[in-house]
Amino acid sequence: MKATVRPRVFLVDDHHLFRTGVKSALGDAVEVVGEADEVPAAIELIGERLPDVVLLDVHMPGGGGRAVIDAIKPAHPEVRFLALSVSDAPEDVIAVIRAGARGYVTKTISGPELVDAVERVAGGDAVFSPRLAGFVLDAFASMPPGSELPGPFDPELDNLSPREREVLRLIARGYTYKEIARELTISVKTVETHVSAVLRKLQLSTRHELTRWATERRLI
Amino acid sequence: MIGGIAGGIAARRGRDPTIVRIVLVLLGLLSGFGVVLYIFAWLVLPVEGSAETIGTRALSDRQGITIAIALVPALVLVLLLGSQLHASFVSSWGLPLLVSAAGLLLVYRNAEAEERASLEDSFKALLQLGSDRRHSPRYFLARLGGGLILFVLGVVVISQGGRHTFLRPIAGTVLMIAGTVILLGPWWLRLALGLLHERQARIRAEERADMAARVHDSVLQTLAMIQRSAAEPQEVARLARAQERELRSWLFEGREPGSFGAEGASTLAAGVEQIEREVEEAHGVAVDAVMVGDAPLDDELRALLAAGREATVNAAKWSGASSVSIYVEAEAKRVSMFVRDRGAGFDPESIADDRQGIAESIRGRMQRHGGTAVIRSVPGEGTEVELSVPRHPGRA
Repeated sequence: MKATVRPRVFLVDDHHLFRTGVKSALGDAVEVVGEADEVPAAIELIGERLPDVVLLDVHMPGGGGRAVIDAIKPAHPEVRFLALSVSDAPEDVIAVIRAGARGYVTKTISGPELVDAVERVAGGDAVFSPRLAGFVLDAFASMPPGSELPGPFDPELDNLSPREREVLRLIARGYTYKEIARELTISVKTVETHVSAVLRKLQLSTRHELTRWATERRLI
Repeated sequence: MIGGIAGGIAARRGRDPTIVRIVLVLLGLLSGFGVVLYIFAWLVLPVEGSAETIGTRALSDRQGITIAIALVPALVLVLLLGSQLHASFVSSWGLPLLVSAAGLLLVYRNAEAEERASLEDSFKALLQLGSDRRHSPRYFLARLGGGLILFVLGVVVISQGGRHTFLRPIAGTVLMIAGTVILLGPWWLRLALGLLHERQARIRAEERADMAARVHDSVLQTLAMIQRSAAEPQEVARLARAQERELRSWLFEGREPGSFGAEGASTLAAGVEQIEREVEEAHGVAVDAVMVGDAPLDDELRALLAAGREATVNAAKWSGASSVSIYVEAEAKRVSMFVRDRGAGFDPESIADDRQGIAESIRGRMQRHGGTAVIRSVPGEGTEVELSVPRHPGRA
């Protein structure tokens, strides 16, 4: 779903050069309402300007992107976060998604793809990179269905439906949402619904791999 | 923690240095001979990486030996005093302490400059106890007095005692230890803290040097190569990409630079990484691989990887796309591999059946191993090659 007005975007990254690069890549497609190069300033300015989407660096001194999400989310649930990172280690990706980011892309993403991701997040949808889709499939597949799980098991949250699996596989294979819709003969809107459902499971499930990935490395 | 002896012994014997330290301290408290042992070890054990011990140098240090021998009358005096006071512990402590003092003297006179400086520092700290600016002289005097009184009280309790014979040694020892702690505790604490800071600083410095070496070996070399080939954008992209991959695998996955995807991959994931890296380096096209699950390599999976490499190379060479995606999923019953590009694409019908690349290296190879190969391509939209083989778990 494309937002009809230009999304208001806020940039948080401790590298000036990278912020400049992102701004030029985004071009006129979005309105950059502010930027910050450290966690406290970011928290203050985001609370003030209430952007639609915060483009957030995962690795930053002072708690990283996660500290920003934790500080903003309770008071302003309408602000959405898209995480950007040079690392695509599962620990980093899963931790920031579970903190509340609605998507994750690596910093090598091309300009048009980034604009597309920002608009998608602004519209309330989730953005999965192929690698993130791979992680999710890994986390939700490594336990054979029906096997005993340690702790409480919620079939609603801790399993993917066959359709969600298919969608994730296609994302992992590098398909765009439009191509996935055509391949599965469903609407783009339905693809988005599936991805949002997976995002919710990813954030709420207590599956062992997810909690392990999310806590193993506390560097973000 | 003083001469590095405990750490050295621990490293030699493969034990935890803390345990060695505790044993030494207990020996020292029990009889005082732990201290002697420590000093003796300091004399005879060589510093790591050097053959000469302090002891061999001390043997040729006449003056030092003379001074050490001069301590013998003092020793005799202490022993006499001990027997006069009927305090056997005085002799049992006095003997090792004096021997230690002599040994320490020899160590000090013959140690390396660095070690000598640290010894000097610790004794200076001992002497400065009285002139500490943070506390008034009255505080120092109170501590000195208190410590001495407790210590002497301990001596008196042990040698004269009361009616409770069995309590005497215990009470006396406790009083003496309390006195020693009050007297020397702050000194020891400062010494230990100083050593701790020094050790941390050294570790940090080593880490920095290590980091600098790695960055130099990889990043700076690559930057230099990029400057030299600035006129060829393809080459610059290739170099930057390869460097990014290596740096990332080092920083985030903890792999040593250069060890990335060593030859002779033994798992599916390692094999895919190898394809990723080799195609990127040979053709200057970004290859993004996503893996779900992993499996040890067998003949079928090797065939799958070989066909997958061929498909990736084809995409890199002919599609004109700047990147190729690989997706590999290892399920319980089968392993699938998808190689996709968004390049020029082609009309599969127009390719003659005898074209070696697709016919033999991809289709034939997969069929011989009980697998399948499906090629989908639309001119103008790109190509996807789907490869799949059944899995035989339990069979090597």
